[in-house]
Amino acid sequence: MKKFDVQNVKDTRSGFGAGLSELGKTNSKVVALCADLTGSLKMDAFQKDHPERFFQVGIAEANMMGVAAGLTIGGWIPFTGTFANFSTGRVYDQIRQSIAYSGKNVKICASHAGITLGEDGATHQILEDIGLMKMLPGMVVINPCDYNQTKAATIAIADYDGPVYLRFGRPAVPNFTEADGKFEIGKALMINEGADVSIFATGHLVWKAIEAGHALAEIGIDAEIINIHTIKPLDEEAVLKSASKTRCVVTAEEHQMNGGLGDSIAQLLARKLPTPMEMVAVNDSFGESGTPDDLMKKYGLESVNIVEAVQAVLKRK
Amino acid sequence: MKQLNAQEISGLSSQIRRDILRMVHGCKSGHPGGSLGCADFLATLYFNTMEHQTNFNMDGVGEDLFFLSNGHISPVFYSTLARAGYFPVEELKTFRKLNTRLQGHPTTHEHLPGIRVASGSLGQGVSVAAGAALSKKLNHDKHLVYVLMGDGEIEEGQNWEAFMFAAHNKIDNLIVTIDFNGQQIDGSTKDVMGLGDDIADKLKAFGWEILHMDGHDVQNIIDTMAKAKELSGNGKSIFIVMKTEMGYPVDFMMGSHKWHGVAPNDAELANALSQLPETLGDY
Repeated sequence: MKKFDVQNVKDTRSGFGAGLSELGKTNSKVVALCADLTGSLKMDAFQKDHPERFFQVGIAEANMMGVAAGLTIGGWIPFTGTFANFSTGRVYDQIRQSIAYSGKNVKICASHAGITLGEDGATHQILEDIGLMKMLPGMVVINPCDYNQTKAATIAIADYDGPVYLRFGRPAVPNFTEADGKFEIGKALMINEGADVSIFATGHLVWKAIEAGHALAEIGIDAEIINIHTIKPLDEEAVLKSASKTRCVVTAEEHQMNGGLGDSIAQLLARKLPTPMEMVAVNDSFGESGTPDDLMKKYGLESVNIVEAVQAVLKRK
Repeated sequence: MKQLNAQEISGLSSQIRRDILRMVHGCKSGHPGGSLGCADFLATLYFNTMEHQTNFNMDGVGEDLFFLSNGHISPVFYSTLARAGYFPVEELKTFRKLNTRLQGHPTTHEHLPGIRVASGSLGQGVSVAAGAALSKKLNHDKHLVYVLMGDGEIEEGQNWEAFMFAAHNKIDNLIVTIDFNGQQIDGSTKDVMGLGDDIADKLKAFGWEILHMDGHDVQNIIDTMAKAKELSGNGKSIFIVMKTEMGYPVDFMMGSHKWHGVAPNDAELANALSQLPETLGDY
């Protein structure tokens, strides 16, 4: 199992803030909107450096999505910022009609996704957002794994013409991908080549999968670990190639099982390469208050859960 | 495009009304009531008020833009665009039929020239237009952004978010007209969801500039829109309360909400068309 150096421990939302700040300097067409969460989204630097291209919309997310759609008419590239819950479920129809169906070049940037939002509880912990957004025709859905990758993804989506949902989180997590690396939308990243099982992970669960990979290596299981940072469009070739080699699959994500990454991969495998599969995800449940670490343990999203899923799927191989 | 006078616009809107009725009759569906009521306004906007290019470009830099928020009155929008030259008038016969660019509600998805955003799910147009107006400011483009919305539609909360946003940001290149016909699907707007005090007072309290006009007096529309243009650029968004009659001027379609979303049968179509001179030739 390959070793990864943790450069530091940082929140992915700060990667977004850093990427947006850099875009402010390098892309004069980028504008940003925020619904009263500028500090939480780490959009302060962009706001300070480019006040003429920053719009505070107040606690009015529906209007924010409409205004963003309108800003694209005339050539601007709007990045909206609020929590994932208020970026998706609260404004689904606004995104559906004014952005997705209208084909507008809006980047919906969503922080505090998933259960690791923590103490605020289930009202704010959306675990359905990937599903909601991937169902919209033409919507790109990205869930990077660490600070560096979130920064790179933020920069990359400005060059893509079309609606994008970029999902990131609140807690500080190991930052281990290459600094200032290039981000390619829709391209799965090989973390560790292995022969016994394919682990496809996204977001915060990529590091958990690496931890699981080490634990599995100690008991003689050679896991292939792939970072699926882009859930839509899914890198079908990479998934099929790995699954056809290992003949069993585990997916891992901080999201509902319904509608998430596992659901996308299961659809693909069912159609093209039926393969035994286990899913590490939240199983049809709301979250609750607690520390991110306690919640990840209680809801079964730890490396130990990935190890167990691998052991279960190996028996079905 | 040549600017038409009031008399010419009245002739044009008679033809647009014929188009509306024939379109909804042709597919046995659609929304004739509000469409008929807004024909004079749309005709005036596109043939007198706005500076616009029929050689359609999505970004619309260097021209005025129009957004239809109450997308269900698509027949009047499509007829006006076709009569202005955005696409062939003959295409109106495809309205709501399979593979048409003239979808039930307006959309960019089929690339119909003249449409800049999908609408139909109500309450979103003012937000989009506010964004487009900000885009014009960022582009140092002095042209204006116009919106038409319905009075039933104002029950959607997003409108009030947008009203606040436009006032707060002094979006003074934005001119919103509300079709105040007092009717919605389930009955009169007063019965369905009373607005309380006068709509104009509400918008004024939000910080908007208010104008009133008679949506069936073309000269009054021309003059009021000219006044709105004059008032633009002074730090306030502009809201025009336009009094109309749903179904106007077809006698049996006025005075109720009945013709909001119902197509006329053959006899009703003939009766309605007999009340509307064919001025420019039917499609």
